[in-house]
Amino acid sequence: MNAMSVLHYLQEPWPWYIAGPLIGLTVPLLLLLGNKDFGVSSNLRHMCSALGSKARFFSYDWRKEGAWNLLFFLGICLGAFVAGVLLANPEGLSVAQSTTQSLSTLGITTNGHLAPDIFSWAGLFSLKGLLLMIGGGLLIGFGTAYAGGCTSGHSILGLANFQLPSLVATLGFFIGGLVSTHFLLPFIFKL
Amino acid sequence: MASIQVKTAARPASLVLGQIKFLAAGLYFGFVLVKAEVLSWYRIQEMFRFQTFHMYGVIGTAVLVAALSLWLLRRFKVKTFDSQDISLKPKAPTYFRYISGGILFGLGWALTGACPGPIAALIGTGSSVFLVVLASAVAGTWLYGILRPKLPH
Repeated sequence: MNAMSVLHYLQEPWPWYIAGPLIGLTVPLLLLLGNKDFGVSSNLRHMCSALGSKARFFSYDWRKEGAWNLLFFLGICLGAFVAGVLLANPEGLSVAQSTTQSLSTLGITTNGHLAPDIFSWAGLFSLKGLLLMIGGGLLIGFGTAYAGGCTSGHSILGLANFQLPSLVATLGFFIGGLVSTHFLLPFIFKL
Repeated sequence: MASIQVKTAARPASLVLGQIKFLAAGLYFGFVLVKAEVLSWYRIQEMFRFQTFHMYGVIGTAVLVAALSLWLLRRFKVKTFDSQDISLKPKAPTYFRYISGGILFGLGWALTGACPGPIAALIGTGSSVFLVVLASAVAGTWLYGILRPKLPH
């Protein structure tokens, strides 16, 4: 392999059978680095604690419990910058034909970017944008705290560790996602 | 007693320095999230419309590799790089919170097209409006913290 083909491989998107196992390896990596449980949504709790929320749920030493997790979160931003900006895929995102068609009936176009045009600062100041981004964000924060984890902590680590609660949570994630996709999104995009 | 006090005083700086390795782990994870394209709203739609295998393949193989790794770590009683024991905390076996919290999170996942890891990744790719999604997710967790004593678990 010469330098050009390595660069090409780093720029193009990776198939599921490469990307999936590499995501799974984050679990032993964090355990080996310091016996840490893979998870991202705990950061939302650490941020509330750091911002000084007085509720009992946030009364703990976030520096002691959460420093590693917040650094992990910051690292995700940096890694995404390297992969998505410095080594951006020149082709843009391609979406399955069938999905493109389904979305076009809702008036959503595929634009080659990661998210539809409504996910922008201009889009935020519309009813649709508010519901999608502010409403969606609130549900993510409330739901992950209530369920005690997100896709990382439950659907990957929890399932790999054969935790029945994580299977129940993952089932919930899926029910919620299906309801949003097939009932809420058509409603919101018709507003 | 004195030595303990010295230890706590020296803590903040060494705490962060000692944990820089987790920044590197995040960098790795964020890089893969982007190359897997799982941070894309469109990929999430493909999944919830059952129109491609991609997301199922990613999550399925991630679980498989993670499970195999856990088995190996236990089988060979592997220690952390600084020779500590490795142990996973089991999740509390109550179920109402997992299904109801799970459904609420799922609703938000499909609306924003992002779960917490991808929110961080999207911000990193320069999609700065996801800072607003992050802020409202923090607000959602804050709200849960306040309502927690009143909620069934």
